[in-house]
Amino acid sequence: MIPLPLSIALAHLRSRKRQTLVSVLGVMLGVGVFISISGMMQGFQSYFLSQIVETNPHVVVTDEIRRAAPQPMQLLHPAAAVQISRILPRDPVRGIVGAGAMLDALAAMPGLSAAPTLRGQMILRRAGRDYAVTALGVDPVRELRVTSLERDMRQGSLAALGTRPDGVVIGSGLADKMGATLGDTLAVATTAGGESTLRVVGIFHTGLEQQDTGQVYVALARQQSMQGRPRVVNEIHVRLDDIGRSIPVAAMIEGRWGFKAAPWEETYARILSVFVLQNAIIFSTTGSILVVAGFGIFNIISTVVMEKARDIAIMRSVGMPRGGVVAIFVIEGLVVGVLGMVAGWLLGWGIAAVLRQVPSPGASDPSEKLRVVLSGFTFVLGSAIALASAVGAAWIPARKAARTDPLAIIRGAT
Amino acid sequence: MTIATLEGRGLTRVLPGPVPTTLVAEVDTAFPPASFTAITGPSGSGKSSLLYLLGLLDLPTAGEVLVDGQPTSGLDDAARTATRLERFGFVFQFHFLLPEFSVLDNVMLPMRQLGRLRPEAMRARAMGLLDQLDMPEVAHKRPDALSGGQRQRTAVARALANDPQILLADEPTGSLDTRNAAAVFAILRALAREGRTVVAVTHDEALAATADRRIRLVDGRVVGGTAAG
Ligand SMILES: Nc1ncnc2c1ncn2[C@@H]1O[C@H](COP(=O)(O)OP(=O)(O)OP(=O)(O)O)[C@@H](O)[C@H]1O
Ligand SMILES: [Mg+2]
Repeated sequence: MIPLPLSIALAHLRSRKRQTLVSVLGVMLGVGVFISISGMMQGFQSYFLSQIVETNPHVVVTDEIRRAAPQPMQLLHPAAAVQISRILPRDPVRGIVGAGAMLDALAAMPGLSAAPTLRGQMILRRAGRDYAVTALGVDPVRELRVTSLERDMRQGSLAALGTRPDGVVIGSGLADKMGATLGDTLAVATTAGGESTLRVVGIFHTGLEQQDTGQVYVALARQQSMQGRPRVVNEIHVRLDDIGRSIPVAAMIEGRWGFKAAPWEETYARILSVFVLQNAIIFSTTGSILVVAGFGIFNIISTVVMEKARDIAIMRSVGMPRGGVVAIFVIEGLVVGVLGMVAGWLLGWGIAAVLRQVPSPGASDPSEKLRVVLSGFTFVLGSAIALASAVGAAWIPARKAARTDPLAIIRGAT
Repeated sequence: MTIATLEGRGLTRVLPGPVPTTLVAEVDTAFPPASFTAITGPSGSGKSSLLYLLGLLDLPTAGEVLVDGQPTSGLDDAARTATRLERFGFVFQFHFLLPEFSVLDNVMLPMRQLGRLRPEAMRARAMGLLDQLDMPEVAHKRPDALSGGQRQRTAVARALANDPQILLADEPTGSLDTRNAAAVFAILRALAREGRTVVAVTHDEALAATADRRIRLVDGRVVGGTAAG
């Protein structure tokens, strides 16, 4: 036999079928929208992140040093109050010292590939216009192991840099702006004063605006000579088989060699923090639908509390404790919440299925659809908010019902 | 002499307010087991108020209600509720049946609240009570499909669900015709003969005359009858 408060709760809801249905629909809508919209958001974010993480190195080692080396005086007298001012820093040749040994050591580590890079600015000139870009001098063979750029090639290839020392691989955005196509020749100037020409041997499209318009690849040796920095490498790109290890691996590299090693989480911290804000907005707006659905539950239960005042009075006088009365109405809220929640799961899943048919806006490929990721977390979070607001909404009238003096109703009725 | 099952000592109930209203004033009365007491008095004399005090539904302003010789003034709401559930059966002037439940389910409500019997035993006991009250055929009907007399008898059956020692009835015959009223009173008398303490409020002098003892109230005070003190 089902517990007494539950059977009274079900009887109450059955006596108000239409209002119950409306409340259930409210919760269903809230849960469904919450799940599907959060799923769309998550789909977008994880796609965006995977684009970034697949195209870019997972750890970038640069020739910067996060903390200046301590002065000898301080090392000599660690406990003394030493103040040193007007330090004239040494001006070392910028670049990663011992990059070759470092690359060898990294290459020996399992689950990890590394490639040397010389990053520098250059100006491409075409048809009388200048385009300032960031040029990455890379070793094409090793670079292909640390990025998925080859997958994003529209025309030509990165590997062509190996056979054409004067080759340059540019992004689709830049190619469009310059009106350049494969095989075209571009004039180049660098801050080091070098002037020469490069030939377009590849065009890539990552979908990331900044890279497609502002970044080009040239052969490492060519870059070194154009920048006037022979044999210098100022970045080492590391790719991991398991991207989850990026933070400890970066810390390990930085600890061992002293150069700044930034995991992708650090490099894209701005984007990640935008995602956090985005999630907060999405969760709070769609979550508020759930809270509004709570008003519907509050409404029906307040009505039932008034309507069934006599039943409550008689149950109290027969010997039902206050907690039993609270239980009746909280269960009513829970029943509405659970029914709405389960229906909302189906609705959310259905909306997601529809959204997956919608072409992704701004996608270059028209067959590309919106990505919706329905994670267990969103289901759990949406359901938890729904149930909490259902119980909260029921709790207020339930407590009022439990506190009402049964005698007041019994006196009034006789 | 046996201990009274239910006893009121100096029971007084004053409604607070700008002009305090005295509902019940200094009532001393004891109800032994196996007795059927009728409380009579004019309308507004405090009969219902006294019954609510005796049934632990209301708290006296002064005085004490004793159940089995034990004072109850120290009990909190939960304890008084539990005592009502286990020791008391109530029949109100208005039947107060739950409209969504069948007659059988209504009779079972107090048993389910108490939770001492297994479901089959509850069902059997509820059927037995309906049998005893001569209405087994309505067990599966809803209260709104019953006659007034049947509803009142259902309320009596519900009051007896947990086999209470004390049965309090407030004008259980108020909405019944003479024949049905006499039938309900006959049931109450029979219950007293079984050993229960039965107290019934009525304004019907003829019915009151069939009780073992009578208490008459006027303006909240006991003014006569056969069982004062
Ligand atoms: N909540 C209340 N507020 C003010 N006065 C009240 C209240 N409840 C009862 N009274 C008054 O208290 C007195 C006693 O009421 P009670 O219901 O006990 O009388 P009764 O003898 O049962 O009357 P009846 O035979 O009409 O049922 C009456 O004068 C009534 O008007
Ligand atoms: Mg009365």
